[in-house]
Amino acid sequence: MTPEAQSKIDSLVNNNKVLVFMKGSKLMPQCGFSNNVVQILNTLGVPYETVDVLDDPEIRQGIKEYSNWPTIPQIYLNGEFLGGSDIAIELYQSGELQQMVEVAMAS
Amino acid sequence: MITPQQVETMIRAKFPDAEVKVAGDGEHFEAIIVSDEFVDKNRVKQHQMVYAAVNEAMDSNVIHALSLKTYTPETWQTVSQ
Repeated sequence: MTPEAQSKIDSLVNNNKVLVFMKGSKLMPQCGFSNNVVQILNTLGVPYETVDVLDDPEIRQGIKEYSNWPTIPQIYLNGEFLGGSDIAIELYQSGELQQMVEVAMAS
Repeated sequence: MITPQQVETMIRAKFPDAEVKVAGDGEHFEAIIVSDEFVDKNRVKQHQMVYAAVNEAMDSNVIHALSLKTYTPETWQTVSQ
């Protein structure tokens, strides 16, 4: 990962309470897994930002090393890596995600 | 294309004592892994351990997607009932 990509990702995750690295946009997700995450966050009604990794090859590769996670989407909550689509679905179904997001928004 | 059995073998190589079940279409796979090694580790760490076992196949895009469900023997008891 280039130092530029690293500092770009640092600043993105630290300046957004809820951030999703995904393929496509909120309105037009380009992958089913990214779509899952968008649908969950929309259902929770929480404000969140997205980064389209298809627009930026450096971030697309860099975020995999940054999080030590080989797949997209990736969710960051309060600067901390939460997981990908599988973990988001599990946390959503157990009700934990709602709580975690509320805590993050209040902090 | 690789078979679910091949993915299962890769995972088993890193988790010899685990219960491993993989299904898939040759590119997209779903795996369930039950292992003692997950005890006291959070979900992110558990999934990172499994992804590490299939790192090369994911890097080279032989595996396009691998959906994971990881359990300790204890948590598996609660979901399998």
